Amino acid sequence: MDLVTPDLGLLFWTGIVFCSLLFLLAKFAWKPILTAVNDREKSISDALELAEKTREEMKSLKAENDQILKEARAERDAILKDAKSTATSMIDDAKNKSKDEAQKIVDAAKDSIRSEKAAAMAELKTHVAALSLEIAEKVVRTELSSDEKQKALANNLASDINMN
Amino acid sequence: MDRVVKYFGLAFLIALFSFQAIASESDVAHEAEEEFNVSEMIMHHVKDAHEWHLWGPEHGGTTIYLPVILKTKDGIKTFSSSHFYHGDIIHDGKNHYFKGEGPAEGLAMFHEKIYELDSEGKLHFENGHVHGNVKPIDFSITKNVTSLFIGSFIIFLMMFSCARYYKRNGAVAPKGLAKFMEPLIVFVQDEIAKSHINEKNYKRFVPYLLTIFFFIWINNLLGLIPIFPGSANLTGNITITLFLATLTLILTLVNGNKNYWGHIFSPPGVPKALLPIMIPIEIVGIFTKPFALMIRLFANITAGHIVILALISLIFINKHEAWGALSVPMALFISVLELLVAALQAYLFALLSALFIGAAVEEAHH
Repeated sequence: MDLVTPDLGLLFWTGIVFCSLLFLLAKFAWKPILTAVNDREKSISDALELAEKTREEMKSLKAENDQILKEARAERDAILKDAKSTATSMIDDAKNKSKDEAQKIVDAAKDSIRSEKAAAMAELKTHVAALSLEIAEKVVRTELSSDEKQKALANNLASDINMN
Repeated sequence: MDRVVKYFGLAFLIALFSFQAIASESDVAHEAEEEFNVSEMIMHHVKDAHEWHLWGPEHGGTTIYLPVILKTKDGIKTFSSSHFYHGDIIHDGKNHYFKGEGPAEGLAMFHEKIYELDSEGKLHFENGHVHGNVKPIDFSITKNVTSLFIGSFIIFLMMFSCARYYKRNGAVAPKGLAKFMEPLIVFVQDEIAKSHINEKNYKRFVPYLLTIFFFIWINNLLGLIPIFPGSANLTGNITITLFLATLTLILTLVNGNKNYWGHIFSPPGVPKALLPIMIPIEIVGIFTKPFALMIRLFANITAGHIVILALISLIFINKHEAWGALSVPMALFISVLELLVAALQAYLFALLSALFIGAAVEEAHH
């Protein structure tokens, strides 16, 4: 029965000791410890939150960069394509132009050849005519050098006319 | 590790088989010696005392005599308890008590309780209890009070040094003692207080819950140390558990809000006709909760002490040291179990206190 009978003296000392322990610990231990621990917890969670935010920012930044890069690449492609087509067209132009020029030169050459040829032909004709005349003169002179020959010729010519 | 277990097992078996024979022989041989009273020895160790016995025989061994403070009708008397323990041992039938000498003149101590002697200079017994003698109020610094001082001092030193660490280093990752204590403190704050008392109110009760948790835990552990400064059965003393449970009860009653009292005096959903039965039940319920707290801690810790002492007593009951091969491993096992119980009971007391307080400050949510 002693075992389960509360003792007044012990109760008295327990009350004093426990209450002062509670007071001292609350003031000098629990308050600073819990403040430090909770502050740290808060700072950690803040830091984590900041990290998360930064990560999000980085993500959006990266996406932006990617977008810019993509755009730049597309622009470059467009420029290259443009340049290529310009170059092709320039080359084509140049080709066409040179072809035309060549054609023109050829045409001019042909023209001049033709005119030269015509001139040469005319000259030749004149020469031939002169030569023929000369020859004819000489022939005629020889043909008409005697009377018989003149007669024969006249006969000949006359026969020709008759035949016609 | 396995080998160790095997050797232990083997030692156990050998011990078990060989003892029966040895024990029965020694029983006959030592029958003439003074009877070893197990229950008296255990009760003596489990209960409070005015001395702190270290080693040696019960009378005349090495012991620390603690101060006795009495409030008698002549005023307050203070003297060393050695004036009882060194006084005459009076035998009165089956009962024997110490008659005080010197400053303790006119007083006697029977089973660590102090009484005033009657005009004949004697104590009167009836059915093994003192009857008729005046009992002065005993404010002595007993073994439990000393243990209470030591335990509280240790807790304060521990926590103060933790607090100093944070003050010096700011809110950084803890090192040393603070590293060990911080998880426990955070556990009490978050898992005991925060999860059972609502968000708005829990902060007020954290210091109380932390203090009872560490008070019970450290004193439980001190009680498991077999020699000074441990061994006192402080947390297994009904006075201590009564005090702690009463504090929880007072906190519950003082902080009980309208919702809490409403649930007691008009439980929602209960027909009016049942109220005369329900209200007394609810009122009894207010007191049974802390009562259970008181009994749980007292019974668990006292039982642990009794079991360990009983196992060690096997050696003395059988009067052969070879029984130590059986009783020591078993006592060791129980001691390790008691380490768990020490923490568990501290946790349970704090948890249930938080639960009761939580119920008292809970806001209506329907």
